[in-house]
Amino acid sequence: MVGKIHSFETFGTVDGPGIRFVVFMQGCPMRCLYCHNPDTWRTDGGREYTAQDVAQRVLKYKSYFTGGGGVTVSGGEPMLQAEFVRELFGILKGKGIHTALDTSGILFTPENRSAVDKLLEVTDLVLLDIKHIDGEEHKKLTAHSNKNVLAFAKYLCEIGKPTWVRHVLVPGITDNDEYLSRLAEFIGGLNNVQKVEVLPYHTMGEVKYGNLGLEYALKGVQPPDGVRVQNAKRILGVIK
Amino acid sequence: MLFKQWEGFTAGKWSDDEVNVRDFIQHNYTPYEGDGKFLEGPTEATSKLWKEIIDLTERERKAGGVLKADVKTVSTLTSHPAGYIDKKLEKIVGLQTDEPFKRALQPFGGIKMSEQALNMYGYELDPEIKYIFTHYRKTHNDGVYDAYTPEMRRARTAHILTGLPDTYGRGRIVGDYRRVALYGVDYLIEHKKRDKDFIDGDMTPDKVRDREELSEQIKALAALKEMAALYGYDISQPAQTAKEAIQWLYFGYLAAVKDQNGAAMSIGRNSTFLDIYIERDLNNGTLTEREAQELIDHFVMKLRIVKFMRIKDYNELFSGDPTWVTESIGGMGVDGRTLVTKNSFRILHTLANLGPAPEPNLTVLWSRNLPAGFKKFCAETSIATSAIQYESDDLMRPEMGDDYCIACCVSCMRVGKDMQFFGARANLAKCLLYAINGGKDEVTLDKKTGKHLQVSPMFAPILGDGPLDFEEVKCKYEQMLDWLAGLYVNTLNLIHYMHDKYSYEALEMALHDTKVRRFFATGIAGLSCAADSLSAIKYAKVYPVRNEEGIVVDFKIDGEYPQYGNNDDRVDGIAVWLVKTFMSKINSRYTYRESVPTTSILTITSNVVYGKKTGNTPDGRRAGTPLAPGANPMHGRDKNGALASLESVAKLPYEYSRDGISNTFSVTPASLGKDD
Repeated sequence: MVGKIHSFETFGTVDGPGIRFVVFMQGCPMRCLYCHNPDTWRTDGGREYTAQDVAQRVLKYKSYFTGGGGVTVSGGEPMLQAEFVRELFGILKGKGIHTALDTSGILFTPENRSAVDKLLEVTDLVLLDIKHIDGEEHKKLTAHSNKNVLAFAKYLCEIGKPTWVRHVLVPGITDNDEYLSRLAEFIGGLNNVQKVEVLPYHTMGEVKYGNLGLEYALKGVQPPDGVRVQNAKRILGVIK
Repeated sequence: MLFKQWEGFTAGKWSDDEVNVRDFIQHNYTPYEGDGKFLEGPTEATSKLWKEIIDLTERERKAGGVLKADVKTVSTLTSHPAGYIDKKLEKIVGLQTDEPFKRALQPFGGIKMSEQALNMYGYELDPEIKYIFTHYRKTHNDGVYDAYTPEMRRARTAHILTGLPDTYGRGRIVGDYRRVALYGVDYLIEHKKRDKDFIDGDMTPDKVRDREELSEQIKALAALKEMAALYGYDISQPAQTAKEAIQWLYFGYLAAVKDQNGAAMSIGRNSTFLDIYIERDLNNGTLTEREAQELIDHFVMKLRIVKFMRIKDYNELFSGDPTWVTESIGGMGVDGRTLVTKNSFRILHTLANLGPAPEPNLTVLWSRNLPAGFKKFCAETSIATSAIQYESDDLMRPEMGDDYCIACCVSCMRVGKDMQFFGARANLAKCLLYAINGGKDEVTLDKKTGKHLQVSPMFAPILGDGPLDFEEVKCKYEQMLDWLAGLYVNTLNLIHYMHDKYSYEALEMALHDTKVRRFFATGIAGLSCAADSLSAIKYAKVYPVRNEEGIVVDFKIDGEYPQYGNNDDRVDGIAVWLVKTFMSKINSRYTYRESVPTTSILTITSNVVYGKKTGNTPDGRRAGTPLAPGANPMHGRDKNGALASLESVAKLPYEYSRDGISNTFSVTPASLGKDD
């Protein structure tokens, strides 16, 4: 099975536990305004690799995974190529490698259900990126409703899949005490969530928009200051 | 015990008519497995003294880089009266001249360089000194130029050999300064006299030289005693206390920097040795932890203000004014005990007490078996100061044992048992261009004809419009590497002969075993550029672009090619091949004084200057742009993250690059993970 891949990061330290080999898949249905990897959006880009080939690349770094690390498949949206990722995870799990799926959950639809189930069977940890707790706001931010995302979160809870929830804090969009409290309440109802991560918005992706000839909608928006980040962490229960 | 100063120490081979510092350490040191909680902050004297040094540094900066320079007193061990920063505050004393920040005049490497350096900073060399060193006293530099062949001069002009120590002190020799403290100078003189008596029989040129050098060593030791006496210390006997041990040891080092303006003047592996004295004093109640830290702080302050008079180009080459006072710290013993002691912590703690500084170059010999408390302390200190260098003890120990030190940035030598002939580096990227152009330099023109300078003998160039054929290029490159290795080794043979003759490091060598192992250190620049260039020729199509003279001055690349730094064996294998090939060619040559050839891949900043002199290369690098430092991938070409990049570098075989491999690697704390 062949997958379309944007790039690899051999020293991933922020996408899951330990040192991780991160595979960035090509293609994403979401159009998040703050996305720092807009170059992964298009499904006709990237380079093709077989799952076997990618697994071989990952295994070269096995000795670095002793501190709880492993592989993280991110993107793009990895569920767009669920079958490829399932094959890759299958091979790696067979070699004792920890697998993490970094997803928005947007593709959790009834028709995808069985593909997702098969993928989850070989996934040790889901990094679930909840972009916005409010349905309308989610649509403005990503061009999609958050119905699938929230359903996926509940489903992961139902099947008891270890999950980390990640949330990007953007001034004027998600950095809002009311929304944050609603998100906290929602997460509070999920007993499979092991960790919540607040990711402060940054502007490092902005230059890519220019290179791609795309408009950057968040021009001028500054990263949240330390006080607001602490505030969000407190509301979401990351810190006391 | 022979000396009353040794009371309380466990006897061993070291105390039985030998000079054997390692044996002393092994019998007497106390491994420390704890954390840094015991450490003390700066004393009032430390803070005051450091403030005075900061003020001097500021004044020096305002004065344009040099505060004062001696223009008439040639530096020897005893040339200047005692100098102080602030006598009543200083626990450890001794300056290079009679005033702090006054640079010494050290013309034995070359009078021209000394004069130039002075002129650049607005000083005038004393005419009498100039007369003496041009009429009566020959320098190293004069000797080299008297003997250089035309080919050597061409290679130098064209910068295929760069940074050769032919106009300045070669440095890189590390005396075992601990011997001064442990044995006192008289004992060392006795042993050297005995060694000299053994050199007898047929007076071959080698034996004559050995006897003469030993006499020089003995005289240098006597001068060392005199130098200490200027400061009111008698160091003929062993040190009695921790304070004396640090002072005696520092006098040894101070004498070395008074004697030599070497490119790198490293200090060795001293902290654990000194810990033994500190422990003894702490245990018998004559020293407190606070006082111990104060002694180390004051010692380190002295090492921070070591200065040499150098030309501005030199500082440009190294992006600063480095002295490479490298102190090697920690590591593991061959018996499995850690060599980390409390004093390993204390010396790193100077970075907190005095603030971060590039000198002394504090270098932790890292092992996966180091105590967890020390590892954590190192990590915290690195995060706070970015001022620690790390080297793999696990890699070096099997070859070097557990009493080696680092000279400069990566060269390892057993303290007092090995020395090295420093040999700058050969530019392998340029050499590849020579293979293509038949040995004509792609940048430098012949002054007489105005055409491209023929540096090597006329080799057959590569003809035609391409694409370049990998096998043909590789074959021609091997021939050119063979020529370069031969020329390089011969140039260094000549240089080191002259350095021994006209600027012999008598004091430093007096603090070595008489029967010393010599390394013949060569170096490689432009490794990743050469490897990527060969990869481009092999895996893409590379077309040469010629100027009107027919010299290939640029390349057109059609297609993609694997690049070094991505853990891709196709190109990493080329880099490995190149290191092995070049080292093997070096190895097959005659090297001066039965020295053991080694090579290094370690340009730290000079890669920028070497790049300036190198034309367009087949990997797409533009003329004049920097080569990568050391064994680093070319800038921006490692596209798969840090581990892939490091794995590429880690494939380079250390057995073929025994003088060290460096990889410059910067990370922001955030990219190492999250706090919560």
